[in-house]
Amino acid sequence: MIQIPDLANANSIQILFSVLSIFTLATAFLAIYSKKPMHNAIYLVLCFTSISGHYLLLNAQFLAFANLIVYVGAIMILMLFTIMLMNLNNEDEVHKPRVTRLGAIVLFCLMCVVLIAIFVNSKPIADGSYELTGDDYQSINVLGKLLLNEYMVPFEFASVLLLVAMIGAVLLSKKEKLEK
Amino acid sequence: MDNILNQIGIENYIFLSVILFCIGVFGVLYRRNAIVVFMSIEIMLNAINLLFAAFSTYHQDAQGQIFVFFSMAVAAAEVAVGLAILVSIFRNMHTIDVSNLKNLKG
Repeated sequence: MIQIPDLANANSIQILFSVLSIFTLATAFLAIYSKKPMHNAIYLVLCFTSISGHYLLLNAQFLAFANLIVYVGAIMILMLFTIMLMNLNNEDEVHKPRVTRLGAIVLFCLMCVVLIAIFVNSKPIADGSYELTGDDYQSINVLGKLLLNEYMVPFEFASVLLLVAMIGAVLLSKKEKLEK
Repeated sequence: MDNILNQIGIENYIFLSVILFCIGVFGVLYRRNAIVVFMSIEIMLNAINLLFAAFSTYHQDAQGQIFVFFSMAVAAAEVAVGLAILVSIFRNMHTIDVSNLKNLKG
């Protein structure tokens, strides 16, 4: 069942997690709800930064900085540049019909309720105690060894994928010549 | 070093990811601007990544983090190609409203 956190006895890590979670959810919602595309992008940057904070809280340093570099540094800059290139002003956006919006809200509530109900009633495999086995499992040392031994072929394929994506992006956004 | 899940619990991470994922779904359904739809997809991907990292800590196994790494690479490729498609759509149709993209409708 859901354990209501005891706010009076909460230690600093629980307070930090709560504040980070509220910040993440609020900025994610604003990133979708806000009208101007530029504001959407800025809120999304804040959301991704707070998710990096969650990774740091989980002691996954490599993921935290990879998330910061890839999402905040690369993807969001790409989106910001696209927004600036298209020069979108917010007046020309028309809302969806009211039925669709109502359906979206109903589906959001239903999905939240159903998924949370599923996870409330499911039992975890290991119960309760998170005893550390003592071996190191998330330092960059271990991750790098795992990535370049066991997962070497997917790693190489990821680089090929990024190369193909780069070529594809250049080809797609190049101006086509006028055919005669 | 104490395990973080002793103090927070895996359930709270699951609930956070579920709500974040639902916000992403809501954004895809609610908005017409194609860039915002893209951002919602990114939010959904991030929710799943967070859950992967939490369960990697739960099982004390590094493979979950490797998965997050690959999913980040795929997300980067997806965004690059998707934004290029959006730019070329905008160049041809002068709008990125997803409701106007119905040329394939019979």
